[in-house]
Amino acid sequence: MRAKPIRRRLNDLAFGLSVLMLVSPAALVFLWMLSLSLKNEVDNTAFPPVFIPNPPTLDNFRAVFERNDFLRQTWNSVVVSFGATGIALLVGIPAGYGIAKMRATKAAVLILIARITPGLSYLIPLFLLFQWIGLTGTLWPILITHLVLTVPIAVWVMIGFFEGQPAELEEAALVDGATIWQAFRYVALPLARPGITVATILAFIFSWNNFIFAVVLSGRETRTLPVAVNNMLTFEQISWGPLSAAALLVTLPVVVLTLVAQKQIVAGLTQGGVKGG
Amino acid sequence: MGLANYQRLVGDARFHDSILRTLYFTSLAVVIPVVLGVAAALAFNRKFPLRGLARTIFILPMMATPVAVALVWTMMFHPQLGVLNRILSQFGIPPSLWVYDASTVIPTLVMVEVWHWTPLVMLLVLGGLASLPVDPYEAAKIDGATSWQAFRYITLPLLAPFIMVAVIIRTIDALKAFDTIYVITQGGPGTASETINIFLYLNAFAYYNMGYASAVVVVFFVLIIGLALLLLWSRERFKDNVR
Repeated sequence: MRAKPIRRRLNDLAFGLSVLMLVSPAALVFLWMLSLSLKNEVDNTAFPPVFIPNPPTLDNFRAVFERNDFLRQTWNSVVVSFGATGIALLVGIPAGYGIAKMRATKAAVLILIARITPGLSYLIPLFLLFQWIGLTGTLWPILITHLVLTVPIAVWVMIGFFEGQPAELEEAALVDGATIWQAFRYVALPLARPGITVATILAFIFSWNNFIFAVVLSGRETRTLPVAVNNMLTFEQISWGPLSAAALLVTLPVVVLTLVAQKQIVAGLTQGGVKGG
Repeated sequence: MGLANYQRLVGDARFHDSILRTLYFTSLAVVIPVVLGVAAALAFNRKFPLRGLARTIFILPMMATPVAVALVWTMMFHPQLGVLNRILSQFGIPPSLWVYDASTVIPTLVMVEVWHWTPLVMLLVLGGLASLPVDPYEAAKIDGATSWQAFRYITLPLLAPFIMVAVIIRTIDALKAFDTIYVITQGGPGTASETINIFLYLNAFAYYNMGYASAVVVVFFVLIIGLALLLLWSRERFKDNVR
């Protein structure tokens, strides 16, 4: 093997260091979260800081699960996220198909406006409306408002995928006597499966992560996980171990999804640069 | 009178302060992530060992649940027990009050925002880099251009539309920033980190001033749309200038 010239090697080293500097803040915050959740209270505030739990303890996680409402709040989050994602797909896939095939660019702009509008501006009228029709105290208000996040992202992702599909296949189906619905159902839809995966993942993550809607609309029984974790911070200032354990548990599904489906997530996000909130 | 809420807004110094604060926060929370995001995109556009893993870790902050992450930041910012001051003191650097002091709270929140959203800029710009043609670079190489010159006179102009998209998206998101600010400071200390969105939230759902809050929403919405249109317009103008 030929030795690299010193200049090249120095360049590589500088490049490696800069990549490390870019990536390490991301890694360190999550590692510190993990570290806090696996240590006892003394180690969590020790000086000098203890980075590696020795020995690691699961007491903090036990403490989180012993709060009898944590499982309930997890269930709330699951119901809301799956519900909002499911409805978003039911609405968003046909809508994306229609917009893409009819080149209805104006409709797409409307979706962008949903992206620009601050969440709180939906909340004031909706909050009063939900009170008026007596839905407060159920999960419905939260699920319905999450549609503001999940439907636009599903529509947006699906437009991109349906626009990328060759029109010939469906035209062939139509020539063969298929109805538009059949062309959509048996030709376009199966081909768009990767797009549906992307839309599902992103809609789920946006709904799971959402805080602003649930913090306003949820009562004691209907708290979702982000709201529950924020309340823990307010009421249990100093018990950092259980706090970090709860934070870790809340974000774990999303982190795992990101690690597993990184490619799909990147594809979906770069397409529209969309994010909820 | 129907305009009473708006009249009150005009005279509300707390609201005016929240506008200035939001613009201060937004300007930092746009410029820094865009600069870092472009640098990161250039780095991730090169091939290097473990690139896939590094990229996945890099985009984790923007995917993770904001409240959960904000919680960890809150613990790290604790002036006495937080890990940041402990690390600083080990290097003999005087501790900071981070979010517990009116003069450092906004820059500290900007730091969290930068950590959170630089990955989105990186992804948008990386998408742009992937679409760049190769010919101009070959021509530049033949003409003996340095790599800095190639970046400055080829990459940057070609990338400009993508950077502009990132600036627009970042501006909208920074104006709307809520989760981390609310969880970490709730607008405090005092009102030192009370942005428009926090002011709006407090008026609507802590003080139950729905009418007043609705007036704030209208002004806020006009501000966001106005800035977004301004940026779109400058993008169009910029495009014409390049041609």
